[in-house]
Amino acid sequence: MITVEQVTKRYGTTVVVDDVSLELPRGGVTSVIGPNGAGKSTLLSVVARLLPAESGRVLLDGADVARTPGRELARRLGVLRQDNHLAVRLTVRDLVTLGRYPYSRGRTTPDDVAHVDAAVARLDLGGLEHRYLDELSGGQRQRAFVAMVMAQDTEYVLLDEPLNNLDMTHARDMMRTVRRAADELGRTVVVVLHDVNFASCWSDRIVAMRDGRVEVQGPPSEVIDTDVLRRVYDDEITVREVDGRRVALYYT
Amino acid sequence: MPTWLVVVATSLVMAVLVVASVMIGAIDVSVADLVAGDDDAWDVLLLSRVPRTTAILLAGSAMAVAGLVMQMLVRNRFVEPSTVGTTEAAGLGLLLVTILAPAMPLPGKIGVAAAFALAGTLLFLAVLRAVPVRSIVTVPLLGMMLAGVIGAVATWIAYRYDLLQTLGAWMTGDFSGIVAGRMELLWVTAALAVVAYVMADRFTVAGLGKDTATALGLPYGVVMALGLGLVAVVSAVVVVVVGGLPFLGLVVPNVASLLVGDNLRRTLPWVAVGGAGLVLLCDVLGRVLRYPYEIPIGVVMGVVGSLVFLYLLLRAPAGRSGA
Repeated sequence: MITVEQVTKRYGTTVVVDDVSLELPRGGVTSVIGPNGAGKSTLLSVVARLLPAESGRVLLDGADVARTPGRELARRLGVLRQDNHLAVRLTVRDLVTLGRYPYSRGRTTPDDVAHVDAAVARLDLGGLEHRYLDELSGGQRQRAFVAMVMAQDTEYVLLDEPLNNLDMTHARDMMRTVRRAADELGRTVVVVLHDVNFASCWSDRIVAMRDGRVEVQGPPSEVIDTDVLRRVYDDEITVREVDGRRVALYYT
Repeated sequence: MPTWLVVVATSLVMAVLVVASVMIGAIDVSVADLVAGDDDAWDVLLLSRVPRTTAILLAGSAMAVAGLVMQMLVRNRFVEPSTVGTTEAAGLGLLLVTILAPAMPLPGKIGVAAAFALAGTLLFLAVLRAVPVRSIVTVPLLGMMLAGVIGAVATWIAYRYDLLQTLGAWMTGDFSGIVAGRMELLWVTAALAVVAYVMADRFTVAGLGKDTATALGLPYGVVMALGLGLVAVVSAVVVVVVGGLPFLGLVVPNVASLLVGDNLRRTLPWVAVGGAGLVLLCDVLGRVLRYPYEIPIGVVMGVVGSLVFLYLLLRAPAGRSGA
């Protein structure tokens, strides 16, 4: 379980995450939605101990992430950041193998190879394994990074906008991968998403943030709703039920 | 090309260069003299040519590896000790210790030079953080400006104390003064290159950036400190024993990156061999071009290196940082 206790994070004088408390149970897919600047990515970074919080703390199964040794945490929690441009020239295989670093520290064992193979297959990167990342499209690179996080074999997986750079087919494939990670591998997945409809169709829980606070949380049937979305986005958004799924119509 | 073929071909080229380096010089040493047991020929060989060639191999490989490590840690393809002020800072430190504590033993002087080299590198990183615009080209430009400023301060001090020639000797690499007893410190750099190889995976992970490295459980700050310290010591030792080898740490890792990528476990040995080979080639060229006089290696490297640097800058796609 991920427990966020009264976390506040400021950049200078701007409060980006404002006294947030949150409990995310084990298992399933949780989507974090909200307008630009709501503090979604910042909150995710604090949970992943990539940013220190000014106050409050984050517990992972009861242990404070800021006090857990980095290597131990890296075996329990994997995170994909939004910005993953690379200055180094690596092949897809190289990158995914680095996902095993918390276990192998560079000395790759047959067990590591098996995890890398599985992650490569899971993200459908078989044909691209030996290509360099700088030769790939943005979407392919994004999948390679997710494969790295999957190879890390952590119970908790945090993904910050994994649909960036993906066309609709690959976006759907990515959400399917996320869903299967939760259903088949028993991972606890938290994804930051921009598109509320992906959140509506693929997640078990939705956490909606606004101005650094959690405005509302609950299952898609409760959160994807005209009244709720008005509170989160300050906008009138029609919600319709299509084939049993709630869909926000924000295109016109 | 299969790997074994590349290894065999590389070994052959290196062997030819080594033999050439041992045989070529102002004094003729022929195989016939050596076979005949000519004492003078053997003296030249053992006291001058072999130490010189060894020094070239050690300094060349270590500086190329230092450049590679720095590029990983700074996450920019175009940095290396001579383009960010590290070399100049080492020279400044050495100059100050020569003026203020001339009696200090050599290891102490190298320690001071290494401390200055590290401080110079950290100053560069601080400037980099303070300057908002970060195109790939701005980074080495900033570094070279900083190097220019540090170099100017050193030159001014050297001028006041009449040490310009000494400073020049440190800043421009030259192997002609290397004889037995004057290169043994370079083994320190060889040991550090081995340390870099042991730490190769850590440097590769660090090259993914602070966030991703931390997420993978890497103690980022520790690796950063160890890596930059390693680069500083290598730079200081090479400046003291040989002098500056400009652009070496830039050219070799970039070419290696194009050929075999940046997974350091795989790349680092090639960078070490490539660095040794390039310096060997440039030094032999410097000895042959206006025989029996010599052109210092620093000059040859400067010309060759800056040309390749320009080429790499021009072919770098805009907008992407590095790669």
